[in-house]
Amino acid sequence: MNINSAQYHSDYEGVNSSIVAIIDGQRLSIPLDPANRHYSEIMRQVEAGTLTIQEAE
Amino acid sequence: MSNQSELAQLASVFAGSALSNRNMVINGGMTVAQRSSSVASQTSTNGYTTCDRWHLQMNSSGTFTVSQSTTAPEGFANSFKIDCTTADASPDYLILSYRFEGQDLQRIKKGTASAESLTLSFWVRSSKTGTYQVNLQDIDNTRNIGATYTISSADTWEYKTVTFAGDTTGSLDNDNANSLNVEWWLASGTTFNSGAVPTSWEAKSNADRAAGLDVAIGASISDDFYITGVQLEIGDTSTPFEHIPYSDQLARCQRYFYQLVDGANQSMGTGGYYASTLFILGVDHPVPMRAKPTASITSGSSYYRIWRNSTSEYCSLSTATHHSNSTTDHSIFDMTGDISGPVGYFGRMLSNSSSANVYLDAEL
Repeated sequence: MNINSAQYHSDYEGVNSSIVAIIDGQRLSIPLDPANRHYSEIMRQVEAGTLTIQEAE
Repeated sequence: MSNQSELAQLASVFAGSALSNRNMVINGGMTVAQRSSSVASQTSTNGYTTCDRWHLQMNSSGTFTVSQSTTAPEGFANSFKIDCTTADASPDYLILSYRFEGQDLQRIKKGTASAESLTLSFWVRSSKTGTYQVNLQDIDNTRNIGATYTISSADTWEYKTVTFAGDTTGSLDNDNANSLNVEWWLASGTTFNSGAVPTSWEAKSNADRAAGLDVAIGASISDDFYITGVQLEIGDTSTPFEHIPYSDQLARCQRYFYQLVDGANQSMGTGGYYASTLFILGVDHPVPMRAKPTASITSGSSYYRIWRNSTSEYCSLSTATHHSNSTTDHSIFDMTGDISGPVGYFGRMLSNSSSANVYLDAEL
């Protein structure tokens, strides 16, 4: 899984509701759910220090 | 043979199992391919490409076209095909695998004194004869067991069956996470083949995972590999492949992946304008998904449109997202990206381009 970028997304209520990431060239909207394979891989890479999740705009 | 003796045989074979739902593999006949029927230029894949539930992982092993093929043994309509288009004589790894949830495997009683043996059966065909290796990999306890099988005749369908002993060590978690994999090794480098075939359960050793593999699919541009009719069942006897209706198979697959849109003029559902630049769309999933899914929306100019108050609005959905209130059985999309509509109005969203594509992914 090649994660090019990851950024928290803030919904219209101002809550960080998901992560928008570019994975294998595809823009994905990823839930903050440890059972989701994309989320778990993002957090694994964050913990390994190889990925940073950008703050929401 | 009399009906009575056939029934006696059935009783013997199924003593520890059941007459239906014996096969623990979903889409073993490769009939469902929601994502695509063919993808080319695969070089460093680590995911799902064509046939639902079938995971492909490769690195530095060549370039491949992966497809749902209509070449299949008698009684089957489809197979999973891997076809080399650029060769690599020094491969790293090429693995086809199937991943199980732990809660679907409690019946195998792994980690208990009553652990069940498992029999794997499948049809296989390849341009390359030789010895191949297939393993069970226990993800929860980092253990594995393996076996080899031989493809004797090139370009000919052969039926293979392998029995794995039950494992009295390490129970599988009773949850929706990945607990066990079946992995077919098709090419490997020394990292994975310098050990010995693990013919009994052992602590996972990468060096053993492909130790019995003496071929490499991808070493030659003429290499291909087909597989179908995959069945994993309790016991030490393989039984005929358990065919189930396409509708049932599709529903089982949709627990892990749901292709909402693939092409033009496909209905996505109804919603309303929360703001002039935000259309909220609700979509019920056909079956509850394994976990909250990842959403993918392929965007492009006028890829989508909204029918509302007697007109049609075209949009790209370039910044659309999946809302946090989405669950395993219902999705809420915050549709943004070139949207400008009247607040409070109702609308119906549909795709407007052959390139439009929306899916939900809750795979393992």
